[in-house]
Amino acid sequence: MSLVSFLKSRLIPAKLDEQINRIRKPIGSLGYDPWGYNNETFKYGFSLTKPIYEKYFRAEAHGVDQVPAEGPVLIVGNHSGQLPIDGILVGYAIASREKNPRIPRAMIERFFPTVPWLGNLLNEVGAVLGDPVNCARMLANNEAIIVFPEGIRGSGKPYRDRYKLQRFGNGFMHLAMKHKAAIVPVGVVGCEETIPAIANIKPLAKALGVPYVPVAMPVVLPAKVHLNFGPPMYFDNADLQEDQIEERVEQVKAEINRLIDKGLEERKRVF
Amino acid sequence: MSAPKTRQCKPRVLITGAAGALAKQVIERIRKTCDLVAVDARIQVPLGDDIPSYCLDFNHRNFEDLFRRYQFDGVIHLGRIRSSQLTRMRRYNANVLGTQKLLDLSHKYNIRRIVVLSTFHVYGAMAYNPALINESAPMKSAGLSADLIDSVELENLANIYLWRFPELNIAILRPCNIVGPSVSNTMSTLLSSQRAPVLAGFSPMMQFIHIDDMADAIVLAYQKPVRGIFNVASDDWVAYQRALELCGCTRIPVPSVPPVLPRFLMRALRMRSFPAYLMDFFKYPVIIDGRAFAEEFGFSPKRPLKEIFRFYRDNKTPL
Repeated sequence: MSLVSFLKSRLIPAKLDEQINRIRKPIGSLGYDPWGYNNETFKYGFSLTKPIYEKYFRAEAHGVDQVPAEGPVLIVGNHSGQLPIDGILVGYAIASREKNPRIPRAMIERFFPTVPWLGNLLNEVGAVLGDPVNCARMLANNEAIIVFPEGIRGSGKPYRDRYKLQRFGNGFMHLAMKHKAAIVPVGVVGCEETIPAIANIKPLAKALGVPYVPVAMPVVLPAKVHLNFGPPMYFDNADLQEDQIEERVEQVKAEINRLIDKGLEERKRVF
Repeated sequence: MSAPKTRQCKPRVLITGAAGALAKQVIERIRKTCDLVAVDARIQVPLGDDIPSYCLDFNHRNFEDLFRRYQFDGVIHLGRIRSSQLTRMRRYNANVLGTQKLLDLSHKYNIRRIVVLSTFHVYGAMAYNPALINESAPMKSAGLSADLIDSVELENLANIYLWRFPELNIAILRPCNIVGPSVSNTMSTLLSSQRAPVLAGFSPMMQFIHIDDMADAIVLAYQKPVRGIFNVASDDWVAYQRALELCGCTRIPVPSVPPVLPRFLMRALRMRSFPAYLMDFFKYPVIIDGRAFAEEFGFSPKRPLKEIFRFYRDNKTPL
């Protein structure tokens, strides 16, 4: 038995292999899709995320069945915690649900594709360059996409601003309306405490060409994570002005705020 | 008396770049249904008694004589000089000025169908490329590499003629990587080699089309006089390094950071199979959407990726 086969047999039990193979995905004959998703790599990613989700963050997902079983979906949540751990946990929750699991895609920052190894790895487990064209094409492909409209404003914010939603971009609403995609709001509680940062060293971030360099402990703390999925929201494709679009964005934001508050109420302790 | 009769039922077609592997495949497919005239700027290709073959530069005055003599109905322009061939100046003369001459003559002599073979390289490779690039996406490669300017210029010219002279019925095809037997482009050379360089940490998604399928696509495009620009690619994708693996190539990693390092190495080593101007194509994906062509012309590639890679694996040539 080769090392690869041995590792595969240890990491990917036959049941998991079959479970992921059963999820319907538009992939080509060699297991890839146009954005670089690879079925085999995803299985490794899924298997490695399982203990992180279940044991390290002891994540609890409520209402994950609210994500429609098929059709275009935008899963819109609050972004936090310096690293995209929230995206990984939301994605795992949807991919591992018992009924109608889906493999959601996550939109990632534009600098990731320029990072050797990491860029390809992220693509292979389903992450996609955060480009509106990519998002539109994937919605047309009936994919479920995780979106954090706060972007780096949310993930890079200091700990003192925890659970305060930052400005949402309107792009996701335009795409949802155009492609008749359901918007499933999700409130993520716990990720703010995984890497609490006190400041952002902007000059260093600029010099390194990265979105931010947080002043934080070089460790990911095992905060307990609560994910609360809300009911899907649908918006018609009316010809609206930008301020009317913003009103719709505010509706989604309010719903996410409600779900965050719910998670904070449910939370008994941080760790 | 028989000549005009034959002329009525068989369209007369000029094929450029006749010495290339793709042109030969196209000629094989339409030689029974069309009266062909073959031209190549490099060599005179022996194609049998029924197909007159010429070695001619498009910029040469004799080129017009062909149009006078044969009264073509259509042109299949496959004679684009690849960016790995000749110098920039000679490529510019052949690809841009030569194509302009060809289009001018086509207009002058009332050609009613032109198929121009371009390349997906015109889109340019960059980190911010979305996947499934469609035909209306900007052609960024001219700003990214001076070696690809002539390819973009060729397309621009064809585009201008497409809209200015709709009666020419110009179709521009932008295929993904054409590979298969006898193909000698950069990608085919890499897949057929024992050892192939890769940029460490980068394995962009790629698309491949078998030369037979591409020849079918060109014939389909010629037969249906629909104007426009079309990507030609199958609905199947693979990462570059995985493709090399499936072709039985040993991957040789080239340091990829900082970006100037691989560019310097490639220029210094002058590797023809891994040219510096294509470096970004081995780093970032350029995935095109071929659905418009497939729907318009009823095109469906017949050779799956596995078959393409099996051919390369089974026919390794020593370096």
